Amino acid sequence: MRDVAIIGVGHTKFGRAKTKKGLELFSEAALQAVDDAGVELKDVEALFQGSALPGFEEGQVMPAAFSAGELGLSPVPATRYEGACASASIAVREAAMWVAAGEFDVVLAGGVERALTMGTLFATRTFSMACHAPTEGPAGLTFPGVFGMAALQYSKNYGVPLEELREKMALVSVKNHRQGALNPLAQFYGKMGDLKVEEVVNSRFVADPLTLLDCCPFSDGAAALVLCSAEEARKYTDEPVFVLGTGQGSGGALSKMAGGDLTKPASRVSSARMAFKRAGLEPSEIDVLELHDCFTIAELIALEGMGFFGWGEAADATADGQTERDGKIPVNASGGLLGRGHPIGATGASQVYWVVKQMRGEAPKGIQIDPVPEYGMTDTLGGDFGTLCHLILGRSKRRK
Amino acid sequence: MLTLSEYEEGLRSGKLLGLRCASCGGVTCHPMPVCQWCGGRSLERTKLSGAGELTTFTVIRVPSEGFEGEVPYIPCLVKTEEGPCVVGRLDYDAERATQAAQELLGKRVRMSGAYTYKGDKFSGGAHSCPVFEVTE
Repeated sequence: MRDVAIIGVGHTKFGRAKTKKGLELFSEAALQAVDDAGVELKDVEALFQGSALPGFEEGQVMPAAFSAGELGLSPVPATRYEGACASASIAVREAAMWVAAGEFDVVLAGGVERALTMGTLFATRTFSMACHAPTEGPAGLTFPGVFGMAALQYSKNYGVPLEELREKMALVSVKNHRQGALNPLAQFYGKMGDLKVEEVVNSRFVADPLTLLDCCPFSDGAAALVLCSAEEARKYTDEPVFVLGTGQGSGGALSKMAGGDLTKPASRVSSARMAFKRAGLEPSEIDVLELHDCFTIAELIALEGMGFFGWGEAADATADGQTERDGKIPVNASGGLLGRGHPIGATGASQVYWVVKQMRGEAPKGIQIDPVPEYGMTDTLGGDFGTLCHLILGRSKRRK
Repeated sequence: MLTLSEYEEGLRSGKLLGLRCASCGGVTCHPMPVCQWCGGRSLERTKLSGAGELTTFTVIRVPSEGFEGEVPYIPCLVKTEEGPCVVGRLDYDAERATQAAQELLGKRVRMSGAYTYKGDKFSGGAHSCPVFEVTE
């Protein structure tokens, strides 16, 4: 298998897309990525597009083919990847695989979503379609509900009084909103940068014990990347970012998680281990991490499932500041899903965009990590632990 | 053999049905084509007691479209005494559940009936889940 590099990145403003349809959002990100890479559209040999719910948002299925058409790429292969909120990550992973396999030299990957067209009630309905429909559907489970259940279990598993855990979870929201407020492409740019723990804890409950400010927003947006074979990369750029390892894992119905414990998803553990093994790296070697903080508790669970902290240790580590931009492991310096926004089909590509920006030293003031990170990682979760995907990136091809 | 439709029919008649594995003796619930414990494929229909332990729950206050009239309601995860976990609804006062969340975890529960969601244009018809009540 060949080494693969990311040579161009693009990212729309996240939030409400007032003037653009999904196709136009993706085209905007794709053209940025192609221009950033210095490749021509005619050089793009395939399109890998994450998109979770376009049929419900705009009455559009098969969006990848139409994106290829709008961009003038047709008739190259263009495929939509759907893994709920991990859609773009699995699209990027597949793109890397096909380039590594030698089938294509230059490809476009990314994702797009317009969840805000649906409104909260219908968006909650369509998002919950990524739950196990036969058993979790009639129970009326929602995603905040799933993570509310996980938060209660976390408090029980580790003997943390719920009020204390809620305050520690709130610190995740405070941190990620502080970062998101500094990110010009974030949904909450310039907003909620000085959020207080009490405001998070005292905002209204969405699903116990999660409040509105424990939850990421519904969002519109797109992000795109140009990937190419590593041997070709320096033809286009002096600063390629290499894909060192990838992982993907799957989970079944929520009730089938081992021991009924939602805080230790096997799909994430397996996917992260696969990525670390391929990259020849360990959590302690990662310098920048963009992970799936769809809810505050989700960040804690993710950190533990990937092995950055032991089981039950992420809440205290967060309270200690270890996940701050200047901490032991900077987590979601871009604002994460909480502060940056979560256009679900685009999120994985957005996470990669921000890791690449960090590695080029191009992240905005207040977001850029110093020194420029050598190794970075993304973690993306789809459904209630149904699809997990990890990508490990590096500034050099070095694997151990 | 037990289909998901038959499983739901069982719920509506007050029974929690599953499958017992001829290889390992484990019980699979909801029904799946292979044993959830050992992967065995020789499975016979069995009836679970409906008793178990409350593993976790939440109180939904912002629902999906179609559930607006029901808030607040309480989805839950129950570990049955036969082994498998099932997702259902907890029949309990929502405000009391919020106040006593941690104390409720681990409580004994028993299936007291079924909740049937009438369905929407996406659900392929009506669907049912078990309802549990706290017995201690």
